[in-house]
Amino acid sequence: MPAVRSTTLLAVFIVALLVAPLLLPEFYITLLDYIGLYAIVALGLVVLTGVGGLTSFGQAAFVGLGAYSSAYLTTVHGVSPWLTLPAGLLVTAVVAISLGLVTLRLSGHFLPLGTIAWGISLYYLFGNLAGLGGHTGLTGIPPLTLFDLEVKTGREFFYLIWAVLLLALLATRNLLDSREGRAIRALRGGSVMAEAMGVHTARSKIVIFTLAALYASTSGWLYAHLQRFVNPTPFSLTQGIEYLFMAVIGGVAHVWGAIVGAGLISILKQWLQDWLPKLLGQSGNFEIIVFGVLMIFVLQRARDGVWPMIARHFPQPPTRAQLREAPPLARRERPAAGAVLLEVKDACKRFGGLVANDRMNFQVRAGEVMALIGPNGAGKSTMFNGISGVDPLTSGSVIFRGERVESLPARDIARLGMSRTFQHVRLLPGMSVLENVAIGAHLRGRKGFVAAACRADRDEEDRLLFEAARQIERCGLSEQMHEPAGSLPLGKQRIVEIARALAADPCLLLLDEPAAGLRYLEKQALGDLLRRLRDEGIGILLVEHDMDFVMGLADRVVVMEFGQKLAAGLPEDIQRNPAVVEAYLGGVE
Amino acid sequence: MDLQIALLLGQDGLTNGAIYALLALALVLVFAVTRVIFIPQGEFVAFGALTLASLQAGKLPGTVWLLLALGVLIGVLEGSRAVRAGQLRRLPLIVLLNVGVPLLLAGTLIAVSPATLPLPVQVLLALMLVVPLGPMIYRLAYQPVAEASVLVLLIVSVAVHVALTGLGLLFFGAEGSRTPPFTEVSFAVGDALLQGQTVLVIVASLGLIIALYLFFERTIYGKALRATAMNRTGARLMGISGTLAGMLSFTLAALIGVLSGILISPITTIYYDSGFLIGLKGFVGAIIGGLASYPVAAAGAALVGLLESYSSFWASAFKEVIVFTLIIPVLLWRSLKTTHVEEQ
Repeated sequence: MPAVRSTTLLAVFIVALLVAPLLLPEFYITLLDYIGLYAIVALGLVVLTGVGGLTSFGQAAFVGLGAYSSAYLTTVHGVSPWLTLPAGLLVTAVVAISLGLVTLRLSGHFLPLGTIAWGISLYYLFGNLAGLGGHTGLTGIPPLTLFDLEVKTGREFFYLIWAVLLLALLATRNLLDSREGRAIRALRGGSVMAEAMGVHTARSKIVIFTLAALYASTSGWLYAHLQRFVNPTPFSLTQGIEYLFMAVIGGVAHVWGAIVGAGLISILKQWLQDWLPKLLGQSGNFEIIVFGVLMIFVLQRARDGVWPMIARHFPQPPTRAQLREAPPLARRERPAAGAVLLEVKDACKRFGGLVANDRMNFQVRAGEVMALIGPNGAGKSTMFNGISGVDPLTSGSVIFRGERVESLPARDIARLGMSRTFQHVRLLPGMSVLENVAIGAHLRGRKGFVAAACRADRDEEDRLLFEAARQIERCGLSEQMHEPAGSLPLGKQRIVEIARALAADPCLLLLDEPAAGLRYLEKQALGDLLRRLRDEGIGILLVEHDMDFVMGLADRVVVMEFGQKLAAGLPEDIQRNPAVVEAYLGGVE
Repeated sequence: MDLQIALLLGQDGLTNGAIYALLALALVLVFAVTRVIFIPQGEFVAFGALTLASLQAGKLPGTVWLLLALGVLIGVLEGSRAVRAGQLRRLPLIVLLNVGVPLLLAGTLIAVSPATLPLPVQVLLALMLVVPLGPMIYRLAYQPVAEASVLVLLIVSVAVHVALTGLGLLFFGAEGSRTPPFTEVSFAVGDALLQGQTVLVIVASLGLIIALYLFFERTIYGKALRATAMNRTGARLMGISGTLAGMLSFTLAALIGVLSGILISPITTIYYDSGFLIGLKGFVGAIIGGLASYPVAAAGAALVGLLESYSSFWASAFKEVIVFTLIIPVLLWRSLKTTHVEEQ
């Protein structure tokens, strides 16, 4: 039972932590205190960088915000340290959210650049504000007291620091294994897809940026009361860079990597600071040369860091998510068969001078398969992007279930019951098929970050996963359910996309070339599935090049050429239409 | 503030602004061609200035050893690759280029006493010592991960910056240096005195900007770089090697960095870690230009220089705070302007 053994390991780790202060000399306790403090910050970077694909060099500044808030409030205003913790967190959250709002809409590299500038600016601010003691800092910070007990020595702090770290670690792990956690994991390389599945990606980004800042701020609060004085030095950009190095070297995609990285860097630093000056015959922080070179080496040769190398020797945690029988999720009200679901009116899309869609008009009804066909480059996928809000139209209107949706973001259109697949498959290759499909059900759950972190979301999570499993089964992929989506052949990946779209419980399904790359029998199975969905009253808009497949399935067909509607009608009429034949085969001279 | 002080500050701001503009251009160039956010740009400024100062002080600058060490590393890498590919004929050239040339340079520096050489020769020597570090660092640190995400490249950049800063301390020590001015001339403009060195910095910066413009518009290598910046895959299909484009853009960036360092070292004292802040101010300028537009980046950098100069008068302790906080409204403005669809 690997699950039991990994819990045992955690228990052994906790026991080791409990007895460590009783056995180790003072020097090692202090070192472990700092490793714990650093690991809390690095843990935030794991979520931000390793999982979310964003990064920050300015975490030290957030540590500083936590430390200085508490130092200032306790020394100048005599506030209890237990109140300064939430105060520091509040200050940090306000700063992080404003910074996030400013930078997160821009491409990914503006955030780290912003954090560099911000890290420097805050460092100089700490050093130059008279109220914060300038470069000498603030002294006389009171120790923490718990009832009558003073938490004062390194040994006492050890328990506090590592308890906070373990709690943060478990909360982070829980969060990542949840509905919002999947949305966070989708940020890295999948924003367009995540938005189309209803994830508010900008919000997810701000949440993880703020979360990382709050971890840093907590570490700063602990630091201030451990040291009992603060000055600007430990909150400089250099330290911010070091935090990132810890996360990357430890293993930026793994929560345990934070502890490993913090430990490795701290120990290495101790050791290098002893030896390098002797070796080089001058004093100075030469360890940064080694760190820099080490980082370059890690990024070139072992980008996953050290943790995966260690984890290999431990029993693996269960790779398959626990599937439990759960009551089905609520389904949305479906429109009656034959009702108009989607109406596209005079839709135009221009890319500079190129008109990709030119005054397109058509309707899709509930319970019908409508095929959109046309030669390559006719503008079909552009039309899809316009309808689903992924890349909005230049002009014209899209009415979905009676609402104008052409200027809504993709996630709001998804909420109304439209779900889609992509021509170029957009799955998260490292996640299992089950988890990929569960992203489709994102909008059918409502438990948030806090519920996920303290595991108050398990009932809903079971239902979401069970629903995902049901859709996978329906699409005939049960056997691959727990495999990484990236390991499937391309044709099967397209089917996973359909299962993901179905997990959203849509009224209208947009399928972009679903049969491409499928074998004959697989195509037949797909055709049967789509017919069943149609009979259930779902409207299907289909882009497809396989004419046998289209003509055997579609109730109506719209033909596009050069962005315009060339013809529309029943499949048999379209096949006889001379204009269509010419568009496909060229004119007969 | 009277007019005279205002003029003086303006002159100061424009001088620094001209340097920031040069650096901003280099940053935009490197980013456009390689997607690398070139944080170590500032280290080239410091290394250039301090190498020149070392030469003038009659010391052997530590950058010689760095050049030699990187040369040996590249020699080993390229050499073993050539051996594996069975192209033994290429070996002598590889060794000569990567190890021979740095050795020759080191030998020359030990043989002659550089302190006695005329200034232009010293400048040339400093350029020869530091500029090749640019493409060499590209080859060693960036090229193996050239296809990685912008984020990974950025972390590599920060790592290179950190390592170079440490090396800077090792080579040049913690004390700062100032080199003697290139010219002692000064002009009286109304009440204010215009320093010849200031004029020189501005003129040299403008000259470099024009030279860069001509390079990009008129030469085949410049056009190759522009093509790579626009479409990497397309350029590669047309036979423009990504590695060559990368090396070339890093050479240009290093050259601009070193020249900037040499130009300002008579005006400000340069320490081993001064380059970083100077480079970052170039960055703020580059970000104003969205890391894409050369003229806006240059104008932004000039603005940063002026802002810095005037804020050092009004609130000198908060100079850096003001300059680096400027980036926030800039980013806000850019984020409101952009309608960005993330595509992979």
